[in-house]
Amino acid sequence: MCGIVGLFLKDRALEPHLGALLTDMLITMTDRGPDSAGIAIYRADAESRSKLTIQAEDGDTAFTGLGDKIAAALGGSVTLSRNDTHAVLHVPAGQAEEARRKMRDIAPDVRVMSFGDTLEIYKEVGLPKDVAARFNIPSMSGTHGIGHTRMATESAVTTMGAHPFNTGSDQCLVHNGSLSNHNSLRRKLQREGIHIETMNDTEVGAAYLTWKMQNGATLGEALEASLDDLDGFFNFVVGTKDGFGVVRDPIACKPAVMAETDQFVAFGSEYRALVNLPGIDDAKVWEPEPATVYFWSHEETPKPNKKAA
Amino acid sequence: MQTYDLDASGLRGLNAALHAQAKDTNQTTWEIVNPKGSHAVAVGLDAPIEVTVKGSTGYYTAGMNKQATVNVQGSAGPGVAENMMSGTVIIEGDASQYAGATGHGGLLVIKGNASSRCGISMKGIDIVVHGNVGHMSAFMAQSGNLVVCGDAGDALGDSIYEARLFVRGSVKSLGADCVEKEMRPEHLELLRDLLERAGADAKPEEFKRYGSARQLYNFKVDNAY
Repeated sequence: MCGIVGLFLKDRALEPHLGALLTDMLITMTDRGPDSAGIAIYRADAESRSKLTIQAEDGDTAFTGLGDKIAAALGGSVTLSRNDTHAVLHVPAGQAEEARRKMRDIAPDVRVMSFGDTLEIYKEVGLPKDVAARFNIPSMSGTHGIGHTRMATESAVTTMGAHPFNTGSDQCLVHNGSLSNHNSLRRKLQREGIHIETMNDTEVGAAYLTWKMQNGATLGEALEASLDDLDGFFNFVVGTKDGFGVVRDPIACKPAVMAETDQFVAFGSEYRALVNLPGIDDAKVWEPEPATVYFWSHEETPKPNKKAA
Repeated sequence: MQTYDLDASGLRGLNAALHAQAKDTNQTTWEIVNPKGSHAVAVGLDAPIEVTVKGSTGYYTAGMNKQATVNVQGSAGPGVAENMMSGTVIIEGDASQYAGATGHGGLLVIKGNASSRCGISMKGIDIVVHGNVGHMSAFMAQSGNLVVCGDAGDALGDSIYEARLFVRGSVKSLGADCVEKEMRPEHLELLRDLLERAGADAKPEEFKRYGSARQLYNFKVDNAY
């Protein structure tokens, strides 16, 4: 099954509560998937910094001195803030992607969960309530975020098999469904030089979007193309630096509900996930149409039904 | 009137209390508050009682209903009134996918829109949707009536048997073996009664009728892959 939630804030007064609201939404979805959980949260810490979220099985060893090594390689100041099995590496603005490349040589055992300016991804095996608690997600503020709780179908229950998946700078993907052509697509993408780490179907979906965008597509175009090239069931919610997008496959058997008020736009696999949001009783509630790409963005007045550029 | 707080007292208690109502119960009116999108609200009822749900519900609301009238004052999740046998289910808001699936009898009224697969495999139920229905509605519909006051999505009535479909607005596309049919006086009369019972402000003459071309009933080699 899997459960997906997304919350995009229009009202800045809610920003300190983003982590708490998203956590509550995700916990409500626990019985759609108890295997692993993850949250992507967008928050700007400082204008002049970019960041990576990294993960290691043994952070005591792996994270020790890592900040200094990355700083030396990049030639700028780097700070590392540990959060349980994860850590956020703050690097000079615009150097997140470079830092990610250096990480492969400097610390090959450390996994990069996300890179960009505002995105942080936290994911582990376990129930949403436990995963949210170990990273103290409820205390996090932010502008928007997405979350996922997994019932595994296509690959092992591991940290790297958990969602969200990072698809590019400040971009991430969560998925409810299962892709049936992921093995052939994985081989094709690997021949194109795209790095894919696991046997997970969603990672292939994420890699597909990355590959499309590396070849000049916008995220909206990549999502439109996914409707033709991906076989199987999918509801995708994608996080971007300034908003989020939603697309459902043409059959649309996986459930999706959206709600919008003056304060927020929210996505849930079920209406249950949305019931504790402020002002939900007066919200506009609807189901996104199949095979239609939707985006909400902080850059302009958000409109439902706004199709991808 | 009996009031039941679903948030405070739980789903099992609610359905057990509703199932305990006999044919001649005195507790004929029930109000359920705080549904908060819960699944399986008021399922398997078999008594002539009236149940009003104050808010939106999740999966399988009023499934397998017999005799009872269930009114949801909000929207309903997937599979509302699935396999209904008799009685009436009224959704004031929208209904999610496969509303009224496999229903054998009774009346399902959706005052908003219904999404995909509304009335899939319906077997005698009457469904009246005041708004639109999504793709693959009335897929493999066997008998009963589906009335759509708005528009229908792709592949309406795909592989339909003998159900009658009435659509007032546009039909994005018809499914395999579904065709437009002549609207005869008996159909107008049937439709007038259904619209009246469903409280729909529409005239029977504004609708078109669709049904089975009956070309899939027998094996044809041209249909084989």
